[in-house]
Amino acid sequence: MPVILATDLIIFFLVGAIVYFIIASQKDGSLQAVRRELVKNRLAMVCMAFLAFYVAVALLDSVRYRDAVVGDDGKEALSEGGSVIYSPEALSLLDRALSGIRTRTEKTYSAPFASHSYAKESMEGASGGIVRGYPPLKYPRTHWLGTDRVGNDVLFIALKGVRTGVVIGAGTTLVIIPFAIFFGVIAGFYGGAIDDIVQYIYTTLSSIPGVLLIVAFMLLFGSSGYQGGLVSEVHVVWRAFVLNDRLFWLCLILGITSWTDLCRLIRGETLKLRELEYVQASKAFGAGKLGIIYRHIVPNVMHLVLITFVLQFSGLVLAEAILSYIGIGVGPETGSWGNMINTARLELSREPVVWWNLLAAFAAMFALVLPANIFGDAVRDALDPRLRYK
Amino acid sequence: MTPVLEIKDLKTYFKTPRGVAKAVDGVSFSIPKGGTFALVGESGCGKSMTALSVIQLVPEPAGYIAGGRVLLNGRDITGLTEREKRGIRGNNISMIFQEPMTSLNPVLTIGEQIIEAITLHQGKTRKEAREAAIEMLGRVRLPDPAALLFAYPHSLSGGMRQRVMIAIALSCRPDLLIADEPTTALDVTIQAQIIDLIDELKRETSTAVLLITHNMALVYTHAETVGVMYAGKIVELAPAKTLFRNPMHPYTVKLLRSIPGQEKRGLKLDTIPGVVPSATSYPVGCRFSGRCPREMEGCAVIEPPLVERVGGHSVACHLHDAEFMSGPYSRPLRHEPDALPPLIVPHGEREALLEVKGLKTHYPIRKGLFKRVAGHLKAVDGIDLTVKKGSTLALVGESGCGKTTAGKSIIQLIRPTEGRIIFKGADLTTLSEKGLKPFRSRMQIIFQDPYSSLNPRLTVKETIEEGIKALNPGLAKKAREEKIARTLDRVGLGPEAMLRYPHEFSGGQRQRVGIARALAVDPEFIVCDEAVSALDVSVQAQILNLLKSIQRDFGLSFLFITHDLGVVEYIADEVAVMYEGRIVEQGPTEEIFSNPKDAYTKRLLEAVPKIDASLLSAWRLPGDH
Ligand SMILES: Nc1ncnc2c1ncn2[C@@H]1O[C@H](COP(=O)(O)OP(=O)(O)OP(=O)(O)O)[C@@H](O)[C@H]1O
Ligand code: SF4
Ligand SMILES: [Mg+2]
Repeated sequence: MPVILATDLIIFFLVGAIVYFIIASQKDGSLQAVRRELVKNRLAMVCMAFLAFYVAVALLDSVRYRDAVVGDDGKEALSEGGSVIYSPEALSLLDRALSGIRTRTEKTYSAPFASHSYAKESMEGASGGIVRGYPPLKYPRTHWLGTDRVGNDVLFIALKGVRTGVVIGAGTTLVIIPFAIFFGVIAGFYGGAIDDIVQYIYTTLSSIPGVLLIVAFMLLFGSSGYQGGLVSEVHVVWRAFVLNDRLFWLCLILGITSWTDLCRLIRGETLKLRELEYVQASKAFGAGKLGIIYRHIVPNVMHLVLITFVLQFSGLVLAEAILSYIGIGVGPETGSWGNMINTARLELSREPVVWWNLLAAFAAMFALVLPANIFGDAVRDALDPRLRYK
Repeated sequence: MTPVLEIKDLKTYFKTPRGVAKAVDGVSFSIPKGGTFALVGESGCGKSMTALSVIQLVPEPAGYIAGGRVLLNGRDITGLTEREKRGIRGNNISMIFQEPMTSLNPVLTIGEQIIEAITLHQGKTRKEAREAAIEMLGRVRLPDPAALLFAYPHSLSGGMRQRVMIAIALSCRPDLLIADEPTTALDVTIQAQIIDLIDELKRETSTAVLLITHNMALVYTHAETVGVMYAGKIVELAPAKTLFRNPMHPYTVKLLRSIPGQEKRGLKLDTIPGVVPSATSYPVGCRFSGRCPREMEGCAVIEPPLVERVGGHSVACHLHDAEFMSGPYSRPLRHEPDALPPLIVPHGEREALLEVKGLKTHYPIRKGLFKRVAGHLKAVDGIDLTVKKGSTLALVGESGCGKTTAGKSIIQLIRPTEGRIIFKGADLTTLSEKGLKPFRSRMQIIFQDPYSSLNPRLTVKETIEEGIKALNPGLAKKAREEKIARTLDRVGLGPEAMLRYPHEFSGGQRQRVGIARALAVDPEFIVCDEAVSALDVSVQAQILNLLKSIQRDFGLSFLFITHDLGVVEYIADEVAVMYEGRIVEQGPTEEIFSNPKDAYTKRLLEAVPKIDASLLSAWRLPGDH
């Protein structure tokens, strides 16, 4: 039985948008130019490969279903009412593809490629007596990035963090951009009372300390939500849908607290654009206001959107780590780089140091944030016809 | 006596991705004490770079002085350390820039800025400097100088700011004053005051002046010597009066003949085809070859040197070289006729197309927390105008007098506060936006700034298409594209322009796109709001020719808003003079110009520098006699 989380919709939307761009850019002239420009840029292409890998992992990790419970007789177990009983554990395609790594758990920490455990243990010696020593691993030399405290493979955990990172980055932006563009543009374009109201809203919002707002919001909506791991009946809204997803609420509140900066920028730019002569010329044709906004205003504020997106993306991935640290981020069951970094605090004070968890989280994060930055810049340049043909 | 400034074979180059840009490529001239040297030429030919090289402010690290010497009072200043250069700037050389809005620091008071300049360069105490500052501000005839010390730049008008800049520049009694387009951004009446002021101070302190300008009449009336620059070189150098009496270089002649004016009415203005070659790829021989109306076979390969021909008049053109002309390379490649072709707009109909009656447009001034309306700015305060079919009405006046507001109110881009606008029998002011729609295509507007008037993210086709789609939505795609191509052709752009973006065009070409955008919806009436003011004279001439020929072919009516009286004399049938929201005088162009009645009109006309009328029609291309 499939399980669809609210945040899966974000990933599906993201993938859909990418596919749409690729298809549309086959026909549409101006999109074609954008694509040509991007393809010409080697560095951007390398970054795109990284991003594509991340999105693919996130997508695989967002398609999940619950298996039917199999009874002792090898047949599907049925409940008293005669319906199939499903396991409470919803495994994603990624989980299934990597089930080799996923199930190869040790007892506790082990360093990358180690053959023996990290911690000493009392065990039966060769001569029969009890000796203390490093016990051999169940699966020696197979954990590329080592294992964590409960013996899970770190590579697998880091890969599970991909989805969280992509969702936070993309989901929050999906909240921010429509809000900011809509309010920024109408405030700047129409002015008057609309402008006053929008300004009032964002001034008020940005004068409340963001963290307080996030804490309050998460306690209110997120506390009973799905935290990753087992799906209980409480979470399921309609057969397969889990809308009360903690990560989703996190995206929403991060979006709500961070759209104001972009909105302010867009409002200012719109105020300037509104008076420009090409907008006046458009008015002289009797073009409708919405048409003017669509043709002349929005395309000319897109550079602000992209710059803000790139700047905020890394900030958001980091914010997830910080919020998880104070206990209002994603649940401990959800694999996330934030959670990995948090546990690393204790690990770093051990002797010898357990460094591989932290390193893996950082490397994974870095390989997302840096290409996203570079690629964002490349997209902005490709969108600007003034920078083409150079 | 050593000249104040002597430049010898100056070369200023830029490293660019497309190669080395030779912005200044071997320029030599000198300015004596108390003399004014004017540098003229089309945009991008290296005038500003020459000035920046003199004051040692070439934008680094891309730009560098590649050769030559700059002697200030006989001393070479090209090899100085940064510290020594700073001493020279301000003490020995001062500069006034074109843009009075940005050249003062907005967060410092006028007093702080001028006193800083004085204490920095003259070692005076603050108290002495303060007195000197008050004296200087008085000298540039700013009212109440003592109070002005505490004012911030934003509270001053453009003309006042430029005066403050001059006060700062001259407070250090420099040996050399560089004025790069000092009056271009200012109103005609203020322009005259500023330039007279520079002249007067020059006489008092015998400062040498390097004047860079587009305004030929200004050069004629205020400069002793003129250098005509083209593609990084000086192509003609002569005393001002000599140059204007007998321009020898084809480029100079073309440039002078493209100036619009009364005596050119009914004629096409002279234009220079093509554009200034890019500084990274000049032609090998004469740099004007390719655009020259008298080009000969050898011109494109043999470079003509700048040689003195008669009494201090130097020119770089083979036509004046007897030896070359008797040689094998002097067979003409091109020989354009000297006389300008006629361009006459017939005036058959004399009925009114548009009548404006008692038009008032007031902007509310909002104040306080709740933005209550505290008063009204009366931008247009009761004007009456009549635009006749197929003719041009010019609306002139100083900046801020309400010209643009009037133009926009007439075509209903701004809804007026009061008054009636009768267009084809309907009163536009009473119509709703929907009711206006059928009239929208009849009235269009062309703007001043070729850079902000086109959306940088739309192709030319998309830009022109917008109007057709809005006003004639039924037109099929194919017909629409044909129409766009036809319109582009009409304004002198090929169909290949369609898929290009605005930034790929020069200023003049962009202006053509703007005209095409208006023309594509078949208007009967076009408001031209300073449509040629931001362009080079040679480009301006092309656009004026274009507008006139369009008027002739389609019987259009123009409302021509401008502050350039030469343009008005050339193109307008009637003139309305606007002052502080009202029309102070209105009538046929000739009558207003020859016999102004209103005091403001008189002042306006007197302020314009003029070239002797006898010279204007006497300019001939060389090689015809
Ligand atoms: N920073 C730069 N990098 C490269 N080339 C430059 C740079 N600045 C100027 N140029 C080039 O140098 C040439 C001369 O420019 P300059 O500004 O001196 O022209 P100008 O005669 O003052 O024009 P205008 O009348 O428009 O002020 C131009 O071809 C220009 O493209
Ligand atoms: S005639 Fe020849 S040398 Fe003289 S300006 Fe023309 S192209 Fe140059
Ligand atoms: Mg310049």
